[in-house]
Amino acid sequence: MPEQNLNPATTDVAQIEASQGQRRLTLGWGLAFLAVLVLLVLIALMLRRTQQGPIGIGDPVPDFTLTTFEGQQIHLSDLRGKVVVLNFWASWCIPCEQEAAGLESVWRQYQDSGQVIFLGANYVDTEPEAKGYLAKFDITYPNGPDLGTHISQEFRIRGVPETYFIDRDGNLAYAQIGPFSSAQQIKAIIEPLLQK
Amino acid sequence: MKRWLWILPILLIALTFGVVTAQAQSGTPHTPTDDEVNAVAGQLYCPVCENIPLDVCGTQACAQWRDLVREKLSQGYTADEIKAYFAEQYGDRVLAEPPRRGLNWLVYILPPAFILAGLFILFQAFRTWRIPEAEQAQASPPVPEVGDEYLRRLEEELKKR
Repeated sequence: MPEQNLNPATTDVAQIEASQGQRRLTLGWGLAFLAVLVLLVLIALMLRRTQQGPIGIGDPVPDFTLTTFEGQQIHLSDLRGKVVVLNFWASWCIPCEQEAAGLESVWRQYQDSGQVIFLGANYVDTEPEAKGYLAKFDITYPNGPDLGTHISQEFRIRGVPETYFIDRDGNLAYAQIGPFSSAQQIKAIIEPLLQK
Repeated sequence: MKRWLWILPILLIALTFGVVTAQAQSGTPHTPTDDEVNAVAGQLYCPVCENIPLDVCGTQACAQWRDLVREKLSQGYTADEIKAYFAEQYGDRVLAEPPRRGLNWLVYILPPAFILAGLFILFQAFRTWRIPEAEQAQASPPVPEVGDEYLRRLEEELKKR
């Protein structure tokens, strides 16, 4: 029968080694837990940014800058006190063509009053085709590319055309998803906003 | 000597023609082939129809963007410059490979980190599986050999109960 190790000194060393190993293991798991926690926080921040819902009716519209095809910079914050009609469009979008003439005619009706501003944000398009579209429908209100799709991302648009009406206080008053059926429909949305 | 002088005007004319032809060729813009356009377009994604590379996308918008790639190539833009232009115009989402900045780094760091962590866990697991065996071989006393007679009797006793 083999001799059992009953030397107390050897047993102590074994216990110390075991406890050190246990401590290393605990530290390793602690670090792993911390790393996973940091990762989860980062993912949560990313999701919070990407999964943010669209701007609700009555919510303030964050400021944005539209650089027109002519190079003029238009800041939304500078248009406070006026009703802003922001239309997202693209030259490859067939439904956009349905409402193009209507938008332009309503813009011309309000242009001189200075109380209503129309803005066109050209969504993921190429410049020659976009300019061709503007010329084709004789569109005269300020238009420019949505560079980096920053503006459309703020509004969380789902496609084009989409039109957003911003009241004098800079809050979202109405969102039109899809094309307008007529110029009268556009006017019917603007008029109550001018009365406020 | 005079017999060879007639060659001089011919050489002069040939030289002038060569220079003019070379200049004309260098002035002509390079027309990129479809393969060259698709090589760049394959590194970009359609900004409208998600998850479709630009070189295989069939929409009108994609055809316009491929024309834009062709135009930029003919202007002498490199593939990287074209990609940068598209990212600026349409956002980073059009890039097949996310740019290495900000939180995008997670895409490049996490997969290898997880693989390394997995390998480490496997290594630790294999080690812990092996150690008890060795310890057992060293520490535990050998099981005493039990005679067949003893086993037979034990089984008999158990059956009786």
